Amino acid sequence: MAEALENTTSATEAKNPVLLEVKDLKKHFPIQKGFLVTKVVGHVKAVDGVSFFIREQETLGLVGESGCGKTTTGRLILRAYEPTAGEIWFNDRKMGRVNVPDLDKHQLKLMRQNMQMIFQDPYSSLNPRMTLLQIVGEPLLVNGVAKGGELQDRVAELLRVVGLRPEYMTRYPHAFSGGQRQRIGVARALALNPQLVVCDEPVSALDVSIQAQTLNLLQDLQEQFGLTYLFVSHDLSVVEHISNRVAVMYVGKLVEAATTVALFQRPLHPYTEALLSAVPKPDPRLRTEPIVLQGDVADPANPPSGCYFHPRCQYAIDRCKTEEPVLRELEPEHFVSCHRAEELQLMGVLGRVTA
Amino acid sequence: MNNNRELLVEVKNLQTYFFLDEGTVHAVDGADFDIHRGETLGVVGESGCGKSVTARSILNIVPKPGKTVGGEILYHRKVKGVVQTIDLTKMEPQSDEMRQIRGAEIAMVFQEPMTSLSPVHTIGNQITEAIRLHQGLDRAAARELAIEMLDLVGMPLPNRTIDEYAHQLSGGMRQRAMIAMALSCHPSLLIADEPTTALDVTTEAQILKLMRQLQDELGMAIMYITHNLGVIAQMTENVVVMYMGKVVEEADVDTIFYNPQHPYTQALLQSIPRLGQKTARRGAGQRRLTSIRGMVPDPYALPKGCPFHPRCSQMIAGQCDQIEPQMIEVAPGHKVRCLACAGA
Repeated sequence: MAEALENTTSATEAKNPVLLEVKDLKKHFPIQKGFLVTKVVGHVKAVDGVSFFIREQETLGLVGESGCGKTTTGRLILRAYEPTAGEIWFNDRKMGRVNVPDLDKHQLKLMRQNMQMIFQDPYSSLNPRMTLLQIVGEPLLVNGVAKGGELQDRVAELLRVVGLRPEYMTRYPHAFSGGQRQRIGVARALALNPQLVVCDEPVSALDVSIQAQTLNLLQDLQEQFGLTYLFVSHDLSVVEHISNRVAVMYVGKLVEAATTVALFQRPLHPYTEALLSAVPKPDPRLRTEPIVLQGDVADPANPPSGCYFHPRCQYAIDRCKTEEPVLRELEPEHFVSCHRAEELQLMGVLGRVTA
Repeated sequence: MNNNRELLVEVKNLQTYFFLDEGTVHAVDGADFDIHRGETLGVVGESGCGKSVTARSILNIVPKPGKTVGGEILYHRKVKGVVQTIDLTKMEPQSDEMRQIRGAEIAMVFQEPMTSLSPVHTIGNQITEAIRLHQGLDRAAARELAIEMLDLVGMPLPNRTIDEYAHQLSGGMRQRAMIAMALSCHPSLLIADEPTTALDVTTEAQILKLMRQLQDELGMAIMYITHNLGVIAQMTENVVVMYMGKVVEEADVDTIFYNPQHPYTQALLQSIPRLGQKTARRGAGQRRLTSIRGMVPDPYALPKGCPFHPRCSQMIAGQCDQIEPQMIEVAPGHKVRCLACAGA
């Protein structure tokens, strides 16, 4: 997908090489029933055939509602979960281009030096019994990068980079506020100078003013260290602000992916349109009537036939009920899985665009 | 806030403190605002600013070791066409009269519907409890009314849902059940404490639309507590901005968004990424958000003078760090608690 794309795009700026490429990734969690003797009665298709790519030093926003599989996708990339099927090609700094599901234990440890994660809740993701030195220094120690005095120097430097005072090194997480804790999480993720950082809702638990500080920090660090982010979030305003490209998920499937401006200005999938219109705009003079979707998000253990979105889609036709749409590149860099993508004129954040 | 509607609730210099071993937290320390009949008032602020404690003070359900130690909450109660004024802070939390008001005349919808609904009672059981207590209906009539309420809030198959448990419903449906329960006795004031924060954005749109419809139909006042400025802009008429237990600015919603005076309100509005802004710039231009420096101060050690002065960009040395600012009216209906605004 990505290689083909490189040739077709005639964008003005030179594109960075692809760092991560995910192909038809699947994760099906078994549903077990019974006590003592258990049997599998079905599968929750949390991630069901997701394909996308991330270029070096860019931010890919992954959006969707709870239960759509965005967090699972992030964790599959790090192989925190074993994928059921699919390929994850990562361009590792040391090992070259590797398929993450094929790596053995030793290779996985090497790869994870270059792939790190920032978690949503800074209260539950830091060990309350460890000092900052232990928390931030742990990856350095475990991977044999530094120890003793050198470790202290490295941790002090990392704390400075994320805007914390190095003197705090001997304190425990309880002494810090939510925003500061998130900085500790960032420092730990950066300890090994990774190539890719999976940010799983990194600002969702933070207050508005702290959210802005954290987003600025992530952007500064990206510039400083040439980081690549997979930014998982449900907040479309934040995703628009921070991402170069955006991918939208619905019930385990990728429904649309494009550059940020293209996706927000002219969405091609009805679900993206509904999502964008549902965001309450912080402007009392723009009281919009959102597209209210009927019903609830489909059950990933028992998804509807055809297009998973058809029961809630105002544009659905008979074909949508029977035939499952595939993700296709409708315009350069703009992928969508909708049968009617060509004919529909959907509304973006700036209102309807008449092409 | 100049409008001709009747006053419903007047909160005057409310002080609710929490007495802890580590010290006293002044959770609400001088909150002043009015709620009129049929009005939608937004209360906005960051976590710990006292917005939820203010709501709980109105209902007289401040959890221990918290206590309302000063101020008044005047509730203008309509009994058989005659307006009585009672001070809610002077009432015993467990008294019969408070219980008559709470849940019937002033109702509340909480943030997390799963933790505020009972897991061991059916939805119908919980709604009919409120109806039977406050309206004295018999079991059958109460059930009838409960089904009617569930239908009103857009619950699919209300005849069946009424016998289901909270865990059988989705997040949006649970919140609808909560709203049905709160509205079952036709309250004159509905306090909604972050009612859509735990919900997905498309579900949030459903619930917000529902609340607007219900307000049009039933005409109650809504006090809308949230940290989401988008929800404030879309849902409210008047806004109260709180910081560290104090109301720092109060105006109609258009003024708050287009002519904010308090540096905190201004900073808050600048620090949020706005949907469509980057797209309108075609991805070019300024990348950074304007953030408020520092963090919310420690509630045990509030700074002297204006509590916002260590983070304020317009701080006047020698004044803001010494004198505690008072609320002043800069324009009709527009009040600000700031020394810099007073001088200008």
